[in-house]
Amino acid sequence: MDITIHNTFLPHTDPEASLAFYRDVLGFEVRLDVGYENMRWITVGPPNQPDTAIVLHPPAVDPSVTDEERRMINEMIAKGTYSMLVLATDDLGATFDALQARGADVVQEPMDQDYGLRDCAVRDPAGNLVRIQQRKQ
Amino acid sequence: MVSVIAVDARLEELKLLRQVRDRMDREYAQPLDVEALARGVHMSAGHLSRRFKAAYGESPYSYLMTRRIERAMTLLRRGDLSVTEVCWEVGCQSLGTFSARFTELVGMPPSVYREKAAHTAGLPSCVVKTVTRPVRNREARTGTPA
Repeated sequence: MDITIHNTFLPHTDPEASLAFYRDVLGFEVRLDVGYENMRWITVGPPNQPDTAIVLHPPAVDPSVTDEERRMINEMIAKGTYSMLVLATDDLGATFDALQARGADVVQEPMDQDYGLRDCAVRDPAGNLVRIQQRKQ
Repeated sequence: MVSVIAVDARLEELKLLRQVRDRMDREYAQPLDVEALARGVHMSAGHLSRRFKAAYGESPYSYLMTRRIERAMTLLRRGDLSVTEVCWEVGCQSLGTFSARFTELVGMPPSVYREKAAHTAGLPSCVVKTVTRPVRNREARTGTPA
């Protein structure tokens, strides 16, 4: 088999704010930006990984999601408990300094974790947790 | 129809509570307390505690102390700092409060934990992490098992 991870989805609650974070703070490229009525689906990904992308999407817009489910999803996004993303970098210290200089919302400064890796964490503008770990050499 | 304004206000409050929780994750090692956290989001300490507990299932004080104890466990296992040094290192101002909360969560005083940790040296870190981490909202049983 020859399966790769192609697209994965993260919610946004403010398309311009999320676009700015993924493009200007993380340095991702914008591969597609499509709109329908007042909704937007924005596909972003790291320049060095052209086959894998994140689609930033308006949450819970599927008509088969009930009002009650939509309310809960929006509350979980606001609370920061809905979804997360883990990234890796060759130089965690330099990456963290760059993110902080660009105004990222820092949750955890780089630190060694008990379970054997070193990572930091920031919030994206919607409230998704983005952990970034030092890539093993 | 539920008012759009009421829904927005609810989401705005949850975002503030998230900021408080993130601040505890970020600054737990500072001398942070619930009053300071509440001032940061323009709430009273009592209101923050009630709303935070309603959203996250535990009070901000409990969340903060759990973060500190969790970090303290790591530092104690490392073995190069004394219990008092670890207490300060994780932002606790009072050794008495630190030791009491540690004992509640972990089931033994930090000094005993530090002593025992010397014997887990050599185990894979993921195993140590799993068997030694505190469980939020479920304090360790004390005394003899039934």
